[in-house]
Amino acid sequence: MAERKIKIATTSLAGCFGCHMSFLDIDEKLVLLNDRIEFNRSPFTDIKQCSPSDIGLIEGGVCNADNVRVLREFRASCAILIAVGACAITGGVPAMRNYFDLRECLEEVYLNGTGVTNPQIPSDMELPLLLDKVYPVQEVVKIDYFLPGCPPSADAFLQMLVPLLDGQKPRLATDQLHYD
Amino acid sequence: MTYESNKAIDANSITIDGETVPFDAGQTIMDAALAAKIHIPHLCHYPGLTPAGNCRLCMVEMNGESVAACVTQAQSGQQVSSNTPELNAARLAITQMLFVEGNHICPSCEKSGNCRLQAMGYYLGMLEEHFHQFNPRREIDASHSTVLLDRDRCILCDLCVRASRDIDKKNVFAIAGRGIHARLVVNTASGKLGDSNIEENDLAAKICPVGAILIRERSFDSPVGERIYDRRSISDTALTEHVPEKEVDRG
Repeated sequence: MAERKIKIATTSLAGCFGCHMSFLDIDEKLVLLNDRIEFNRSPFTDIKQCSPSDIGLIEGGVCNADNVRVLREFRASCAILIAVGACAITGGVPAMRNYFDLRECLEEVYLNGTGVTNPQIPSDMELPLLLDKVYPVQEVVKIDYFLPGCPPSADAFLQMLVPLLDGQKPRLATDQLHYD
Repeated sequence: MTYESNKAIDANSITIDGETVPFDAGQTIMDAALAAKIHIPHLCHYPGLTPAGNCRLCMVEMNGESVAACVTQAQSGQQVSSNTPELNAARLAITQMLFVEGNHICPSCEKSGNCRLQAMGYYLGMLEEHFHQFNPRREIDASHSTVLLDRDRCILCDLCVRASRDIDKKNVFAIAGRGIHARLVVNTASGKLGDSNIEENDLAAKICPVGAILIRERSFDSPVGERIYDRRSISDTALTEHVPEKEVDRG
């Protein structure tokens, strides 16, 4: 009987999808991985709800109420949750707004910014409420492993995932540890 | 004590992690370690400048007592432990605190790859910052034509203060305030770097371990990925650093 495939879910919160792009950079090894994994909720599958999964990869920090909801859904659904990339782990570039009040940011962008016409701060039921700051994911849920980098290299993704598929504890090689 | 305790210790030697290390009178534990090519992690120390004991990364166990290696005189009979799991865990926590106290966004920082704080994180295996971020709001000083001061990244190591005062003889910088209110200030009436006599070739303009003091238009001379700590560990580079002799002579 074929071995059960490991279910992996992925999402990008306040991120740029660069980490997802880097994950896909493992190129032909993705074919090898494909024999052992299947994607659950992910931008790769367009599945919208996260059902029970073995591994969850979180890209991006937590900047709004919807990020909190998705992150909690992942924590509840995934046996192992991995924070991927600088934004998930530290807030990253989106967290540069943390040095200002949220209102200052909104006014600068939507009221006083260069070239703004019909100035108004967006307010719609469809728009998730912004948090006061952008938070690292580990400040919201428990994270099992961290994969730093902006983005982490394709090799770093493999160093994290392959041992986990084999039931081992992953350890990032020193030369793969980068914050940029 | 399971090592070295039975060995006769020379009049002018100490042991560091069990290794016998000679020293000259007046040398600190850090001086002796560096001369013996032993790396004791440090950020605020730079050979050739008076040590300050600010960053506390060089804390070692010396005969059962915690001391900063950069400001503790070497004395015969000292048995020093440095590279231990306990001390490296403490150093990791210190490094994490240095990260969260400032605004260190490595992906957007010109110094990334050449930054000694970042390199210390790599050396200690820092995967995340652990503590809550302070998100301080600090003033950027872009008033000087060739030297930029971005206080967001300042770790108050005091290297620029000492370099400017003792080597450049210009006394451009100072640390004002205490504790959490400590901050890097510029010694001009306006408080602006543009009104100081700092020049881009001054040691104070070049010695910043992080991206707080930058020479303008030079930040991308080498591309990200091909910078110092993209290739080498701070445990190697720290053994080769010294204020250039001509700078010392000038001072």
